[in-house]
Amino acid sequence: MTLFRQIVRVLAPVVGAVVFSVLLLLLVGESPGGALTAMVDGALGTSARVGDTLTAWTTLSLAAAGLAITFTAGLWNIGVEGQVIAGAIAASFVAREVTAPPAIMIFLILLAGFIGGSIWAVLAGLLKVRGKVNEIFGGLGLTFVAISLSTYLIIGPWKRAGVASTGGTDPFPESSWLPTLGDLRVSLVAIFVAILALAVVYVLLRGTRFGLSLRAVGQNLQSSALFGIPNTRYLLTAFALGGALAGMAGAIRVAGFYHKLVPGPGGGHGYLGILIVLLAGYKAKWIAPLAFFFAIVAVGASQLPLQLGLDASLGGILRSVLVLFVLLAGGWQARRATRAKAAPTEEVVA
Amino acid sequence: MNELHSLIAAAAPLVFAVVGETITEKAGIINLSLEGSLMLAAMTGFAVSYETNSLLLGFLAAAIVGMLVALLVAFSSISLKLNQVAIGFVLFQLCTDMSTFLGDGYVRIPGPSVQALPIPLLEDIPILGPLLFDQNLVVYASFIVAIAAYYFMFRTRQGLELQGVGERPEAAHARGVSVNRLRYLYTAIGGSLVGVAGASYSLAVKLGWSFQHTRNLGWIALAIVIFGGWQPLRAAAGAYLFAGLLVLAQLLQEPLPGIAQVLPTIPFPLMIFTLVIVYSDWLRQLTDRFPALRALFASEPPTALGTVFETE
Repeated sequence: MTLFRQIVRVLAPVVGAVVFSVLLLLLVGESPGGALTAMVDGALGTSARVGDTLTAWTTLSLAAAGLAITFTAGLWNIGVEGQVIAGAIAASFVAREVTAPPAIMIFLILLAGFIGGSIWAVLAGLLKVRGKVNEIFGGLGLTFVAISLSTYLIIGPWKRAGVASTGGTDPFPESSWLPTLGDLRVSLVAIFVAILALAVVYVLLRGTRFGLSLRAVGQNLQSSALFGIPNTRYLLTAFALGGALAGMAGAIRVAGFYHKLVPGPGGGHGYLGILIVLLAGYKAKWIAPLAFFFAIVAVGASQLPLQLGLDASLGGILRSVLVLFVLLAGGWQARRATRAKAAPTEEVVA
Repeated sequence: MNELHSLIAAAAPLVFAVVGETITEKAGIINLSLEGSLMLAAMTGFAVSYETNSLLLGFLAAAIVGMLVALLVAFSSISLKLNQVAIGFVLFQLCTDMSTFLGDGYVRIPGPSVQALPIPLLEDIPILGPLLFDQNLVVYASFIVAIAAYYFMFRTRQGLELQGVGERPEAAHARGVSVNRLRYLYTAIGGSLVGVAGASYSLAVKLGWSFQHTRNLGWIALAIVIFGGWQPLRAAAGAYLFAGLLVLAQLLQEPLPGIAQVLPTIPFPLMIFTLVIVYSDWLRQLTDRFPALRALFASEPPTALGTVFETE
C-alpha cells in the first residue's frame, strides 16, 4: 500500500468525525471555530487547566493500560469502570482511616487502589471461569454494585458531619492528598505512576513470554490449552493486573483530584479507557497520545457550557464519533480486501 | 392497590425494551447500545411530540431512532464483521451524549403525554379490571407485545426459524433460511421496540425530558433479558419485579434512608446470581431429577449469540 493511501486510511475517519461535529455545531447555530478555541483554551489555557488535563491523562492512561492487558487476553472487561470505583473506595478508606508520614501515605493510598481494583476485577474473572458468567455482564453488574457501594458509604457510614449529602464525603485530611507541583494542580507521583504503568504494559505485552502466552490465550483458548498454557490462571492474572491499574486510576481520582469520595468516583474514565483502547487497536504504544487527546477533549469540553452555552456532551460526541468511524472504516477496508481477494475465484466458478 | 396500579404502568417501557432486546439476542445479535439508544429515543419521542403535537409521530420517530441504531449494530457485525460489543459500546456513549446535546432545548418543559384510556366492560372486572384495564394505551400495548412475542417465538414457524438463526445458524442456513437477512430483520424489530420503550418512558411514565432522563434503564433491561432467560414473558415478569423493587424502595425510604439509592441496582447482583445458579452443577442435577423444573429455570443464552455467520 502506498504511503498516500495509508495516510488517507488513517485520516479519513478523523476528517469524518470532525465534519460530523461541525455539522452538529452548525445545526444548533454555533460557530465551530469558536467551539474549538474554547475547548483547547479550556484544556490548556491556564496552568490550573493544564494540571487538570494532565491529571485526567494519568487516570485515562492507567485505565487504558490495564485494558490493554485484558483485551490481549481476549477479555471484554466492560467492568473497568467498577474497578476504577473499587480502587477509589479502597483508597478513600486508607485516606480517611490511616495516619502515616506523607511518603508512606501516598504509597499506601496507591496500594489500596491497586488492591481494590484488582479484587473487583478478579471477582468478574472468577464469575467467568468458575461461574461461566460472561465478563461483559458480570462486569456491568459489578460496576453497579460498586456505584451503589460508593453511594451507600457516602450517605451512610462515611456521611458528612452534620447533614448527609449525596455530594460526597468530608474532604480527606490534607496529609492524604497527592502532593501537587506548585500551583499546577497535578501530582508528579500520578504522572510517574502512569508512565511507569504504560512502560511496563508495553514491555510485558511485547517482549515477554507472559505477553506471548496471554496473546495465545486471547486468540484461541482451545489451542493455547493444547500448548500447555494454563488458561484459567492467565485469564485471572490478566483480570488482576488490568483491574489493579484501573484501581490506581481510581485512587488518583479521589486522592489527587476530588480529595474526597464522591458518588461514582470513576467519572466515566473507565469507559473512556475502553474507547481509547479500541481506537489504539489494543496496542499499548498508542495509549499515551490518544489518552492526551481524550483528556484535552474531556477537560476542555467541560469549559464549553461556560463560554458558549453548549453542552459538554459535544466533547463526548466528538470522541465517540471518532471511534465509531475508525472502527467502521477498519471493517470496511477489511471487507474490500477480502472481496478483492475472493473476486478472481468467483469468476472462475462462474 | 394504588401501588400495584402505578407499578404496572411504570413497568411498560421496560417491558418493551426487554422484549425487544430478547428478540434481537434470540437472533444471535447483542445490541449493547441499549442504554444509549433508549435514551436518545426517549428524547426524540418527547421532542417530536412537542413540536408536532402528535403522540403518534413521537412514538414513530423514537421507533425509527431505535431501529437505525440497531441497524448500525447489525450492519457492523453482519456486513463488516466487526465486534458487536465494541460497536454497541461506542453507540451507547454516542447516543447518550447526542441525547444531551440535541435535547438541550427540551429540558423540563411541559409537553404532550399519553392519557389514561379505561377499557369499557373489562375495567369493571373485580380487582383485575382496575389494575390491568384502567391504564393507558401504552400499557395495553406492552401486554400485547410481550404475549405476541412469546407466541411468535415459540408457536410459529417463523419463530422457530428465528431461534434457529440464533442457536445453530449453520443448520438454519442448510435448511434454506437466510440467516443474515433474518438477523437484520429481527435486530431492526428489536431496536424499534427499544425506541418505543424510550418514547413510552418520556411520554407516559416520567414525563418530559431532563439530563440523562432514562439513566440506567437500558442497562437494567440488558440484565433483565438474562434474568428472563431469553424468553419474552419471563423477561416481562422480570420488568414487573424490578418495578416492584422501585416501589418498595420508595416505601422503605422513611424507615431505611439510603435504600432508594441501593435497591434500584438490585437487578445486577440478581442477574449475576441467576447466571451462576443456572450454570451450576447443582441445578443440573436438580433438573435431571425433576425434569418439570427445567421449564421454569432453563436459561441458556442463544448458542450463536455474538458470533458472525459466514456462508463460506
